[in-house]
Amino acid sequence: MEMRTGFHKKLREIQDDILVMGSMVEKAILHSVQTLKAREVVMAKQLIADDVKINRKRFEIEEKCIQLIATQQPMASDLRTIICVLNIITELERIGDYAEGIAKIVVMIGDEPPLKPLIDIPRMADKTVQMLRRSLDAFVNRDAGAARQVVAEDDEIDNLYNQVFRELLTFMIEDPKTITRATRLIWVAHNLERSADRVTNICERIVFIVTGKMEEIGASRY
Amino acid sequence: MEVNTILPNNNKSAGQSKTKLRTEAANLYYGSFQALRNIRLEIPERAITAIIGPSGCGKSSFLRLFNRMNDLITGARVEGRVELDGISIYDKIIDVVELRKRVGMVFQKPNPFPMSVFENVAFGPRRHGRNNLGELEDIVERSLHQAALWDEVNDKLGQSALSLSGGQQQRLCIARVLAVEPEVILMDEPCSALDPVATLKIEDLMRSLAENYTIVIVTHNMQQAARVSDMAAFLMMEEDRAGVLVEYGPTSELFTNPKDKRTEDYITGRFG
Repeated sequence: MEMRTGFHKKLREIQDDILVMGSMVEKAILHSVQTLKAREVVMAKQLIADDVKINRKRFEIEEKCIQLIATQQPMASDLRTIICVLNIITELERIGDYAEGIAKIVVMIGDEPPLKPLIDIPRMADKTVQMLRRSLDAFVNRDAGAARQVVAEDDEIDNLYNQVFRELLTFMIEDPKTITRATRLIWVAHNLERSADRVTNICERIVFIVTGKMEEIGASRY
Repeated sequence: MEVNTILPNNNKSAGQSKTKLRTEAANLYYGSFQALRNIRLEIPERAITAIIGPSGCGKSSFLRLFNRMNDLITGARVEGRVELDGISIYDKIIDVVELRKRVGMVFQKPNPFPMSVFENVAFGPRRHGRNNLGELEDIVERSLHQAALWDEVNDKLGQSALSLSGGQQQRLCIARVLAVEPEVILMDEPCSALDPVATLKIEDLMRSLAENYTIVIVTHNMQQAARVSDMAAFLMMEEDRAGVLVEYGPTSELFTNPKDKRTEDYITGRFG
């Protein structure tokens, strides 16, 4: 016999909100790298403007959490869930900012000739989005094992970042005229690397919801 | 208990629904002692309004204005206006029995009559002249369903109501009120004699009843007011011990961002 049906319904709504916000952030990351690849300055400007929607969603979820804490006295796993939601939305919002940052770099680059075809950066973006999606699945399923698995995959992102960095360094050493363009691409890769780190923070929170233990699961190399 | 309820807060707020109960410049005296001073409040229809405040601030006295229960106290006197659907209920033409049928009340301690479960629920309808057994059976079943008690007592309708648990007795008292088809249900600390599980059951029941009834609850349990209500009113005593209304608004706002410093102090435990 379930009691407090209203409260639990509201908690599920918040969970749905997280998924909506997660998908907004996924799209932002993927689109930002697409605009870089296709040099779509107009679309990049649109992305920058759209970040406000992600921020708004975050405040909306935060507000709902505050309401539940103030009025419903959540306990145990319900309490951990709400506290973690507050953390997760902060991480998501920050990943959205990284996507916005990439879009700003695209605007900065404008119509400069491309340095090289982009391969590893889109790969980083795809992998980051994949990790993000699976972390939110782990959240919905309260699956600490799946969350830990996602954290372990951050190494792949770190390796890709390292690869991008070394490759661009080579360009710069060979021809100092490429320094500006190469540095901008390093910023993009760095934003993606940071995004994946934020995903691992989300995973740590999911482990906390399930186990009640706060732990740092795997430190990123960067 | 199968009740699919919505949570209060944000779902309803002042101004969206019609005013069911209203007081204007309401003063209540017990002899020379003023218990309530100049209270103006509009209570929305089909919502839960909670009255909170420290002991002795006049919460229960305020609640009893709405079904004229204070009339039963010698020396009690009401000034100002108290309305149900815009009609002054202290007018001479008002039939108090009819008023109390429309405005039912549930008390602090469950007070079933020493008779069977069935007769407890049928008591009110019988008093209002409904004696057809088939009809009474329908009313009893419907009321017990509404009070989320039917599944627990349908095989013991003939047993004494006093054999039920405290939580069941309180839901029986709610069924008894529902049996006369009221519009408003006043609840005076309805859970203070119950354990936490029975309390949550009553709260869930209140949420489902709020879809059809106007509920006003007095509670010293601030957390309960926060959990269950749509609107909340904070009363406190002034120096002469008369109760005044300090703040009234949507529960979601009163408990997260009260406008009055005294409300803030009370709900954060800094006084009271």
